[in-house]
Amino acid sequence: MSERLPEELAQATATHATDYLEPLHAPSTGASIIRVEDLCKTYRVGEVDVHALNGVSLQVSRGEFLAIVGTSGSGKSTLFNILGGLTPPTSGKVSINEQDLASMTNAQRTDLRKRTVGFVFQKYNLLPTLTAEQNIQIVRHVAGRPVGFDDHFKEVLEMLGISKRMHHKPRALSGGEQQRVAIARAIVNGPAILLADEPTGNLDSKNSDTVLNLLRDLNKRLGQTILMITHNPEAAAYADRIIQMRDGQVVA
Amino acid sequence: MVNTLIFANLGHRPLRTFLSVLAIGVEVTMILTLVGVSYGTLDASARRARGIGADVFVRPPGSSVMSLSSAPLTEKMVPRLGSESGVALATGTMVQSIGGFDTIQGVDFPAINRMASVWRAPGDPETGGFHFLEGGPFQGDDDILIDEFYAKQKKVHPGDHIKLIDHDWRVAGVYESGKLARILAKIDVLQRLTGNEGKISAVYLKLKDPSQADNFVTHLKQELNPGDPEHGYQIYTVEDFTSQLTVNSVTLLRDFIYVVIGVASIVGFIVVFMAMYTAVLERTREIGILKAVGAGPGYILNILFRETILLALLGTAFGIALTYGTQWLMLHAVPASLVQETVYKWWPIAGGIAIVGALLGTVVPAARAVKQDATEALSYE
Repeated sequence: MSERLPEELAQATATHATDYLEPLHAPSTGASIIRVEDLCKTYRVGEVDVHALNGVSLQVSRGEFLAIVGTSGSGKSTLFNILGGLTPPTSGKVSINEQDLASMTNAQRTDLRKRTVGFVFQKYNLLPTLTAEQNIQIVRHVAGRPVGFDDHFKEVLEMLGISKRMHHKPRALSGGEQQRVAIARAIVNGPAILLADEPTGNLDSKNSDTVLNLLRDLNKRLGQTILMITHNPEAAAYADRIIQMRDGQVVA
Repeated sequence: MVNTLIFANLGHRPLRTFLSVLAIGVEVTMILTLVGVSYGTLDASARRARGIGADVFVRPPGSSVMSLSSAPLTEKMVPRLGSESGVALATGTMVQSIGGFDTIQGVDFPAINRMASVWRAPGDPETGGFHFLEGGPFQGDDDILIDEFYAKQKKVHPGDHIKLIDHDWRVAGVYESGKLARILAKIDVLQRLTGNEGKISAVYLKLKDPSQADNFVTHLKQELNPGDPEHGYQIYTVEDFTSQLTVNSVTLLRDFIYVVIGVASIVGFIVVFMAMYTAVLERTREIGILKAVGAGPGYILNILFRETILLALLGTAFGIALTYGTQWLMLHAVPASLVQETVYKWWPIAGGIAIVGALLGTVVPAARAVKQDATEALSYE
């Protein structure tokens, strides 16, 4: 898979310049943006109860880049889905940006996804019928915002190295480009938290490095809180903090 | 933005889009063609009834507006009614079905030709009447006269022979359409061939003063149906009769139209249901993506229903265009058969039926899309 890495992006990622972009959210380290206490999630599969999460507790500070690592079946994806408001918890307390998820209705969880949380998926999950630009614009439209990009976001697109690929449909983009479009889509509404589920799972090592560098840049330069799920320790190493899950529990 | 997504979706799956539009178009065409044929055929019948210049006509008791073949009246009714005060001319006709909607009518040609002219009283010029495009009036007992559309459809000319009701007829003349029927024979010959000697189907009356037609009908009803003027012989002014030749007056036809509309609507409903159900299944992951980025049920429904309405509108436009195709085909392939008109007032009705059917067909797929679990949808391959 060929990867186009614009010169300005290469320079930006090489120097970690942080002075030409204003943060989307001013980092205020220390304050918890995610609080999880004794979280449990049980699925009913046929006639069997599957305990995906068994009393998970964790806190994530605003502006933190946290990696959650674990093997398949450890419960990290379930935690991702609950934190993103995609599925409700069975018991326990979960608050995001001081909103209690456990007591939220479906409509409130939809609103959470619209305004507070941005997703980056392993399989990019771009709408195949829309161009890269339209994939980003529709998220603004869903949130009831003007679909045009302001100068600040155009700078973000430059930083992501996709500003010249906006009129292409996903099938015309490389995996790395698609993932960067997905990152742009995830942050276009300025969410408090960016949730990334195996963001490099479908990428080769070069593209993986690019995407991970971009996530770290977003965290450092824009103050974006990021929670990344991965089974890859090298990817997790890009984060400020790593927690490990096993059998539905945080073990380290 | 929603429209952009809808157009992109429709363009992304052109075959499914085309088949949906085609199916809805066929539904609309079925409705418009049936309605057009119903209106057209009745209007053509009305035109032909008016075309012979009669002011009043009398039909036997119990006959219906659309009855095709019967000869229960005695032909003694013709001189009897002709002797009524105010009647300038009376002539009887006999109708014989030759299959389907086609009939052959037996006529006293000199009388019917005179009736079709401007003649009303002695001294009036006998102009007008039947206008022959080829050939002329009956010469022998086996002669028939046919109108231009029948001649065109059968590709026959004067001198050619046609076999009808097991009899070999010679075409004597081709006349301009709009006079009583498409095929005319001598009444006495037709009576003999069908075993109806001395019997006729209707009596046509030309009045000296057509403005008195209503009064004359009232008078005749009292005379022929004593005690119960509204039952017994059916007596109409031609104006009144032709105004009754509407879809709503002919109950059987109206019911038939409703049945076909029902069938067409069900077909359209099933097609849209299948199309949208497939679309929702195909887009399971995309719907999951939209949900993940915060699209609520209203947003998803908005996309699906707008897409359906767009398909229904495109299908309606396509169906209307297709209806002109069926009209052209009927006019050129079977010109003497049923007549199809363009009934503009049914365009929005057919469109409305298509849209409502399509929306109903989208309800279940849309409900499925809304209920779809986002995490399952995102893992859908």
